[in-house]
Amino acid sequence: MKPRTLYEKLWDAHIVAELGADEALLYIDRHIVHEVSSPQSFVSMRKAGRQLRRPETHLAVADHAIPTRQRDVIDEPQAAAQIAELEANVAEFGLPYAALSGPEQGIVHVIGPETGFTLPGTTIVCGDSHTTTHGAFGALAFGIGASEQTTVMAAQALRQTKARTMKVELIGHRHPLTFAKDIALALIAKIGANGAVGYAVEYVGPAVSAMAMAERMTLCNMTIEAGSRIGLVAPDETTFAFIKGRRLAPKAAMFDAACAYWRTLPSDAGAHYDKVVTLDLAQIAPQVSWGTSPNQTLPVTAHLPDPAQITDPSERREAEKALSYMGLTPGAALQGTPISHVFIGSCTNGRIEDLRAAAAIALDRKVASGVKAIVVPGSAATRAAAQAEGLDRIFTAAGFEWRFAGCSMCVAMNDDRLAPGDRCASTSNRNFEGRQGAGGRTHLMSPAMAAAAAIAGHIADAREYIA
Amino acid sequence: MTGFTTVTGPAAAMPEENIDTDIIFPARFLLLTAREGLGKHAFHDRRYHADGTEVAGYVLNTDPFRAPPVIVAGANFGSGSSREQAVWALHGLGVRAVIAPALGEIFHNNCLRNGVIPVILPPETVAQMLGCAAAGTAFTVDLEAQTVTVAGQPPTPFAIPPERRLALLNGWDETDLVLARFADDITAFENTQRQTQPWLYA
Repeated sequence: MKPRTLYEKLWDAHIVAELGADEALLYIDRHIVHEVSSPQSFVSMRKAGRQLRRPETHLAVADHAIPTRQRDVIDEPQAAAQIAELEANVAEFGLPYAALSGPEQGIVHVIGPETGFTLPGTTIVCGDSHTTTHGAFGALAFGIGASEQTTVMAAQALRQTKARTMKVELIGHRHPLTFAKDIALALIAKIGANGAVGYAVEYVGPAVSAMAMAERMTLCNMTIEAGSRIGLVAPDETTFAFIKGRRLAPKAAMFDAACAYWRTLPSDAGAHYDKVVTLDLAQIAPQVSWGTSPNQTLPVTAHLPDPAQITDPSERREAEKALSYMGLTPGAALQGTPISHVFIGSCTNGRIEDLRAAAAIALDRKVASGVKAIVVPGSAATRAAAQAEGLDRIFTAAGFEWRFAGCSMCVAMNDDRLAPGDRCASTSNRNFEGRQGAGGRTHLMSPAMAAAAAIAGHIADAREYIA
Repeated sequence: MTGFTTVTGPAAAMPEENIDTDIIFPARFLLLTAREGLGKHAFHDRRYHADGTEVAGYVLNTDPFRAPPVIVAGANFGSGSSREQAVWALHGLGVRAVIAPALGEIFHNNCLRNGVIPVILPPETVAQMLGCAAAGTAFTVDLEAQTVTVAGQPPTPFAIPPERRLALLNGWDETDLVLARFADDITAFENTQRQTQPWLYA
């Protein structure tokens, strides 16, 4: 048999029907549902008089619109209505729900793995582009729209176009303060925000094998920012150890049987990739985005681009527009740029490892005066684990606010958002215009870098904060 | 969804790259749970100042591009968030086709579900069309013939998967289609998977 990549194995294992050269109807094993992208999907189901084909394969949770300051009152009437609508849909259609006040609530892409809902070898969809995250487990996971969600609810299958394959090889040794976030940002800066459109990206190399699941998830999460809906890491013993014992994971002999199948999934030796990109981690310093697209990213030690020096007219226009929106001076040093806000959290960097990295910088230091800094755990379980370790006390002692779990300031549709002109050091995934609030300015970076920015009051090099 | 054949009219030129779905439909409007009537929010923060007045000179605030049937865009239009509201809002505004060198993949799929034709053409072709669009030349997108015609020029062919084209021409709903054609195949798949991966059925 022809050697196959992980992606091709996952694709082949889910074909319900071939639909021409590059299209197939794929079986969908798992669907995660949140309050913002699902209301219209349920309306379509109700209108057509349909039931969920397999209610137990869905998992619903509220994460995007909810407040993170407290959990008792939802002040925003539209958000309250949206959450109530999700709860009514859950009751009517009979799908599992992680209650807002319960122990399993959290961001869709954090609780899927935490509960054992996310498993290798499965297809996982969600009305959210960062569904790429679950690819870290060797699952074929991708974001879809509300109409596609309706099809999954009714038919448990979805027409898909087969992607080409891209191998991203990580070689060399990294600095202890170069994290998966820095690697992801450096990759996007290298290949562009549309550099992976049409590809399924697989991350390989000893550095990937050595990564804990949290960092693998960060890599796969950010893959959508290079334009690809699919980021993958081959499942291995680290993956299986993470899954074992979680509530929804297979148990005992069934777990062993599952592992036996999961071990067949990694790409075969000699499998062909349509494109190969190599990154030398030794060359990657902590990264900071300076513009309004994630590819507009530089090492923290760099100077901002000067449009006058850019010869390509379209690239020059993009740089001018981004610098103007961001209120930055061409050619100035990135380090030292004053910030007004810090956001540590999101499906990209809201896991316990991320909070530890930020806390290591915050320990026995103070947030600079005039900076509003918030730490928002990715899930209730992450929040509880952090509190058990005392991380919350490190943060609050330093002057960070310690919040309840949710998407918070990654997406400007809840209480946490920037005002026009605010500048935020953020561990989230998108620096788009207005992403954190109309007129807000976002600099993407790792949790350690965001914590260093909070302490310094400006963009700073986290390497100078750890002895 | 009603069937689609052709659309003719002015095309709004949006040459910048990476116009993401947060720009097309800002997140705060996602609290609305309707899918109709969203056209007024399309490109809201580009179209309006904070006080609600129009941003002068923005293409969608300029005649004849206020409700353009076609948008000609830079690469990676529709990238970012999966929100289908971006397509619903464009449709609500009157947009029936988007021409670009590449589209965000989820946005691309969402277009196909909502009668907005994604037209992917080489960058140099799009660059030329951007100039014609800005000059106010009429565009015709013909799904039957799979061509884009800029007034006074020969038609440019574009590709679209045959089954998707057929569904768009007839206004078929994909969920209905899948259930009608593949219900037995889906059941057969489940019967096999239940044997080979029983942990997915526990």
